[in-house]
Amino acid sequence: MLMYVVRRLLQAVPVVIGTTFLIYFMVFAMPGDPILAMFGDKTPNQATYDALAAQYHLDQPFLVQYGLYMKDLFSGNLGTTFSGQSVGEVLARTFPVTLKLAAMAIALEFSLAVVLGLFAGLRKGKLFDNVTLVIGLVMLSVPIFVLGFLAQYFVAIKWGWASPTVGSDTSISNMWLPAVVLALSLFTTSMRLMRGTVIDTRSRDFVRTAYAKGLPGRRVIPVHVLRNSLIPVVTNSAANFGVLMVGATVTEGIFNVPGVGNTLYQAIIRGEGPTVVSFVTVMVLAYVVINILVDLLYAVLDPRIRYA
Amino acid sequence: MPKPEHYVAPFDENEMAEVDKVKLNEKPSNLWSDAWRSLRRRPLFYVSLVTVLIIVLMALFPTLFTSVSPTDNCQLANSNGGPTEGHPMGFTRQGCDVYARVVWGARTSLAVGLLATAISGVVGVIMGALAGFYGGWVDSVLSRLGDIFFSIPYILAAVVVMSVLADYRSVWTLAFAIGGFAWASLARILRSEILRVKSGDFVMASIATGRTRFSTLVSHVLPNSITPVIVYLTLSLGGAIVAEATLSFLGVGLPTTVMSWGNDISAAQTSLRTAPMTLIWPSIFLTVTVLAFITLGELVRDALDPKARARG
Repeated sequence: MLMYVVRRLLQAVPVVIGTTFLIYFMVFAMPGDPILAMFGDKTPNQATYDALAAQYHLDQPFLVQYGLYMKDLFSGNLGTTFSGQSVGEVLARTFPVTLKLAAMAIALEFSLAVVLGLFAGLRKGKLFDNVTLVIGLVMLSVPIFVLGFLAQYFVAIKWGWASPTVGSDTSISNMWLPAVVLALSLFTTSMRLMRGTVIDTRSRDFVRTAYAKGLPGRRVIPVHVLRNSLIPVVTNSAANFGVLMVGATVTEGIFNVPGVGNTLYQAIIRGEGPTVVSFVTVMVLAYVVINILVDLLYAVLDPRIRYA
Repeated sequence: MPKPEHYVAPFDENEMAEVDKVKLNEKPSNLWSDAWRSLRRRPLFYVSLVTVLIIVLMALFPTLFTSVSPTDNCQLANSNGGPTEGHPMGFTRQGCDVYARVVWGARTSLAVGLLATAISGVVGVIMGALAGFYGGWVDSVLSRLGDIFFSIPYILAAVVVMSVLADYRSVWTLAFAIGGFAWASLARILRSEILRVKSGDFVMASIATGRTRFSTLVSHVLPNSITPVIVYLTLSLGGAIVAEATLSFLGVGLPTTVMSWGNDISAAQTSLRTAPMTLIWPSIFLTVTVLAFITLGELVRDALDPKARARG
């Protein structure tokens, strides 16, 4: 196990260097003045321009720029947003909210996937299976902002069951609607994984043995089938959790959840290029780290992975 | 003791020759004709195919569907107006006909979707094929490069690219921003498929007859490992259309002057409370289009992958 952890961590080193280099390259090696380009049709004042030029070390050759940028990144100096707050502070303030929303959404997504996937697998080819398949496909196809707006309009505005925007009150009762939207947009893949593994597990010898020794279905299904079908769903949901933690940009934006994604959303729609770049860099790094953790979780749950 | 009569069985002992006979006048069965036969039996296949064809027609010849101009004759007096005679879906905030805009928007969404998918397809096939077939250091370099692109969520990458290219936003740059970051999974899929295929005898035979390795790759190995690529590309077309709409919705996609479903939904969000239908109509078209492509991709996968069929 230790060897696997070490190997997986070593594999991540070139990925971390590569992803940050790629983003940095895209922004600063393009022809023209990168700082002016980041502002789009606006023009920054001289003070802002100088501060950014200093932050990104634009007077140095490109590779030195990148090296210094990485040094800043790993010493926690992530630059400042347009309103003058440091990116690190903004992250510290917004991250707990995103974490809470992601946890709510994944709890819901996981329960939906396990319950619907289990029954769809047990009733393969029957009506329930086909209905969940169609619902899953529709949810997979609806773009998240469409789902968000529909939920906001019907559930919150028209029927008044939830508040249309979250604002500063981030209690569970105030955030359930965006969590439901996120869960609905994610549960399809997990549900179909669950369905597939349940069908596969049900045809295994140990399940037949369990039935043959006289155990009733109400014991075989939860103890033998369900438990042995959970691994892929758990890891897929963990990966989804990673996606949400780096920010459900659009959903947080629509429901005005004061999280990481919303900060990026606001920066994008206001055209604040430098903030977008620092946030995306931090998010991509977080995403890489979470993916490593998911792989390790997979190895803990399923020992076969370690020897693959 | 009388010798038993020497028994000679008839040539067709059990009269099974008819079953075993190779039917020369019947077309040989192959993966594609089998797939086509299984697709033809699925009613969902026709539904999604017809939907896709209608959207393609709409993109190519929007005037077949509407004679109203989507940009001229926009009367602010009609702002957010409900449906009237000749304007079945009402009017946008700017007083333009919603139906006409939705019809004309199909072209943009489809163009970006197809271009982005084509770009990720070309890059992914080249990277995956070279990595899988040549192995060694080529594989190491290309696979690590793929890992890097795989680790960046492609919407985030496209947001950065489009923020930097703020002055050059067009269908082409958007397609490059989406497709340029979406190829890594395809390269992985093709690489493992080629690793499986390249140990086959026909590959060794091809090299033994004097073909170069590259020519063997192009004419024998690739055609035999292209199935998962086609399935993946059909499925990712829907994803690319969603990506276009999402980026346009975020304001880093196409310029607001370009008609696209993403732009229309983005523009309608301010009127969500007063005129929700101006947002819901383009959303319905977007969702139905994506659903049709994804369903088509799922059905093609079922048809091309008999193992999945048996499992499912």
